[in-house]
Amino acid sequence: MRTVPAGAITAALRDLCITVNHRMGADMLAALERARAAEESEIGRAVLARLLENARVAREEWFPICQDTGTVVVFLDLGQDVHVDGGDLDKAIDEGVRRGYREGYLRASMVRGPLTRQNTGDNTPAIVYTRIVPGDRITLSVLAKGAGCDNMSRLAMLTPAEGREGVVEFVTRTIAEAGPNPSPPLIVGVGLGGTFEQAALLAKRALLRRVGDPSPEPDAAALEAELLRRINDLGIGPGGFGGRITALAVHVEQHPTHIASLPVAVNLDCHSHRAGQAVL
Amino acid sequence: MSAAPAVPPREAGDATPRALATPLARAEIERLHAGDEVLLSGVIYTARDAAHERLTRLLAAGDPLPVDLGGEIIYYCGPTPARPGRPIGSAGPTTASRMDPYTPALLEHGVRGMIGKGRRSAAVKDAIRRFGAVYFAAVEGTAALLGRCVRSAEVVAFPDLGAEAVYRLVVERFPVVVANDCHGGDVYEDGRAMFRR
Repeated sequence: MRTVPAGAITAALRDLCITVNHRMGADMLAALERARAAEESEIGRAVLARLLENARVAREEWFPICQDTGTVVVFLDLGQDVHVDGGDLDKAIDEGVRRGYREGYLRASMVRGPLTRQNTGDNTPAIVYTRIVPGDRITLSVLAKGAGCDNMSRLAMLTPAEGREGVVEFVTRTIAEAGPNPSPPLIVGVGLGGTFEQAALLAKRALLRRVGDPSPEPDAAALEAELLRRINDLGIGPGGFGGRITALAVHVEQHPTHIASLPVAVNLDCHSHRAGQAVL
Repeated sequence: MSAAPAVPPREAGDATPRALATPLARAEIERLHAGDEVLLSGVIYTARDAAHERLTRLLAAGDPLPVDLGGEIIYYCGPTPARPGRPIGSAGPTTASRMDPYTPALLEHGVRGMIGKGRRSAAVKDAIRRFGAVYFAAVEGTAALLGRCVRSAEVVAFPDLGAEAVYRLVVERFPVVVANDCHGGDVYEDGRAMFRR
């Protein structure tokens, strides 16, 4: 049994919150560069160039990439041979978020009651999904998730008869209806199968994949390619001003499901995609 | 004094950015067309969800607003906290459609312009035409660049709302695109139609 102090989790979370909000990942920068080379719309190319310039200024001058510094979504993979010592795990995570957002000059965007809406003042609590996995390590994967794109996300309980065609139609319609609102070009996470709630979680987890890496499953990879083509035929374009590149990538994650069910969830991430990982 | 040089007529969607000072005169707003790129300089006021709810409640009750918004531009923005020595942090636009239920009353009150991102409702587009206003789009993912255009920032109403308070911003060459003009033009509809397959 390996022991990890709770304070190490707090420190790692604090650093991740600050890093992902100021330093765009190399995968995302490369995807934006590819999009700029492929975009036919003049204003679309100008938007992509400004997004890349924004990423440079954010990194070099310590401005957050986006003013919506997001809800902190933590995917915690906890090795079964790890013992967390010296404090409550959930409190250690929230303390990391609290320090990261205060010390990093990041916006506090969480409200306590969904209807009463008092700001908690420090961007806590984080949204945490924990898995117990083999081994003696802790992996913290973090999304700083903007609300504008999360708000445009959708879930449908399709019937098996609707099948692949129904999935393609639903995902494409979700992006068409979202239009410019989720800040395209997008990363599109698709969760297919499982149950009602698991499809949504798969769609969110799909956003953690390195941008543009295809699924290792051939059928999912083929579906991703078709969805990307269909989405980019919509013409919404960078910033929604019209253009060829509405999505940078589509990531499909699948799971076994019931004989009666075909759940499909679409979780969108905006052109300020912020993701990072630490292994303890 | 010599006569001003003749200004060539502009095509709709002209890509050369036009520098404009706020507050915008009615005649200037009428010359704007969907797709025009504009660099705004001068005062603008931030307000997002919670501030809109309060402002329109005051208007409905016939009470005075804590800040005079007649002729002004509202920016749908909740900035990040300023680092020491800076007026503000990052300051990109939020989704405008959430402000749609409140917007016609504010335009009727005299607000001349809005800056945000994303589509507006039919009721808002109608009010933009009726009251001779303009809706500009900014790009959210350029929040750092937009924050750098802010010269000063001061909370002028609802300080208890934190990032959602009303700030008076002085901006310099703040880049926006005309999304909805007072003639019924819509950059999101036009742009998409051009590239749809």
